[in-house]
Amino acid sequence: MSEQDARRAIDAVWRIESARLIAALARMVGDVGIAEELAQDALVAALEQWPRSGVPDNPGAWLMATARNRAIDRLRRNEMAARKEEELGREVELRARLEERDLAAAADDEIEDDLLSLIFTACHPVLATEARVALTLRLVGSLTTGEIARAFLVKESTVAQRIVRAKRSLAEARVPIEVPGAAERERRLASVLEVIYAIFNEGYAASGGEDWIRADLCEEAMRLGRILAGLVPREPEVLGLVALMELQAARFPARTGPAGEAIPLPEQDRSRWDFVLIGRGLKGLDLAEALGRPLGPYALQAAIGACHARARSAEQTDWERIVALYDALDAVTGSPVVRLNRAVAVGMAFGPAAGLELLDGLAEEPALRSYHLLPAARGEFLERLGRVEEASAEFARAAALSGNARERELLQARSSGSAPT
Amino acid sequence: MRVMAIVKASKDSEAGEMPSEELLAAMGEFNEEMVKAGVMLAGEGLQPSSKGVRVSFGGDGERTVIDGPFAETKELIAGYWLMQVRSFEEAVEWIKRCPNPHEEEGEIEIRQIFEAEDFGEEFTPELREQEERIRAQAEQNQ
Repeated sequence: MSEQDARRAIDAVWRIESARLIAALARMVGDVGIAEELAQDALVAALEQWPRSGVPDNPGAWLMATARNRAIDRLRRNEMAARKEEELGREVELRARLEERDLAAAADDEIEDDLLSLIFTACHPVLATEARVALTLRLVGSLTTGEIARAFLVKESTVAQRIVRAKRSLAEARVPIEVPGAAERERRLASVLEVIYAIFNEGYAASGGEDWIRADLCEEAMRLGRILAGLVPREPEVLGLVALMELQAARFPARTGPAGEAIPLPEQDRSRWDFVLIGRGLKGLDLAEALGRPLGPYALQAAIGACHARARSAEQTDWERIVALYDALDAVTGSPVVRLNRAVAVGMAFGPAAGLELLDGLAEEPALRSYHLLPAARGEFLERLGRVEEASAEFARAAALSGNARERELLQARSSGSAPT
Repeated sequence: MRVMAIVKASKDSEAGEMPSEELLAAMGEFNEEMVKAGVMLAGEGLQPSSKGVRVSFGGDGERTVIDGPFAETKELIAGYWLMQVRSFEEAVEWIKRCPNPHEEEGEIEIRQIFEAEDFGEEFTPELREQEERIRAQAEQNQ
């Protein structure tokens, strides 16, 4: 095997094994930072040995055994250096635990429990969202700090620092590396889902751009979501989030035109949608619904996405069902943005006048005061009602509020009446 | 990236013989592992070529339907996985962990799936425009 081939093979093994490796080590040593260092030690050993010896038959077990031996060595040294009795006691106890546990033979459910604990810890609410995102991508997604930095358009040193601080915060807060109990579970799971969706949205915003690694964040988020769904298969919101991401990602191939311009949903060429992802999304949503519990915000948004995915053309969209789903979503989120979307759906289902009336009711909503999509939606309905001058004024207002250059251009064009409706 | 791992047929799979319970269990475990790693998007087994046909296209555009079974067993397909991976090597690493799909010699071929950006330079703006025009026309005709 050439040096380069070996490196690529090791990289692939690492992608597959590292999260489980770090998870098992974290549970044993009680610290994600130390666990990651030990796993890295094992990786370095693999990079030294495998190019000569070839990749072992069971590379996961090899990495695990190596990391475990490093951990025991390290503890022996610590024991010798430990001054305080209490410290020494802890080290000895840890070492005994390490020596006792046969990692290669760990049962599947034990490994899964470790991995789930790692995910919950990396996404602990004690950390800010951006810290949770970086730590999750690093520990669970096995991305390098360089990859994370490129994906989020920040300096590598910034990401590295963010991760170091996050690990320190977890240690200082003495966050136990475990699957939270029933009382805390819902809140903690919401925190995990928020991280996964934040990763997806970062990629979604960039998926029209040139930088492939940013768009790849969507793939990474879906992978993390699928892993989580494998670990907790009976949570409707987990299934709902995965379905939501798949249904949205299914539209990527149709989202941008030849010059990189954004193509809005109604004008997309639906034959370019990714039907593998649509099939998976619809199936996942079915599973979530079959659990028979009330749907949460992710599953409801997935259900709305499913209405679009099932429609063979924009005109055939079941807008009445979408209105009902927005009602349900409004009830759980109480978000003015949801009510804005609901008003748009009402306009599509029952005509522009009905939509406009609801939009007028949102005019005083403080959260929407500088939100460009409100005047944009008003402009749309006014135009359909033939109130061209008022529509033009609304599009101009929307353009002034938009933060995105390309979007602003489109809105300005509509304001001057030069764009196709 | 997406790849397709293609399981080549064997004498047994072409004879329509079901794999042993042991192999089925091992395959089930492997599938589950790939699902739980978020790697497997889809996967299915195919019935023997004796239940399939080939539509052959002559140089003059003539279509002929040929009934199976087909020769060259090792070149036939018995099943596939559709995988989402971060590198081609990752797919290779996964398939190396797959149990031998047949209880005899077998082969799994791994191929990368084209995505729009793979067309790169070949897919020039003119071509794209042409595609757009054709599509617009097709829509008008509906």
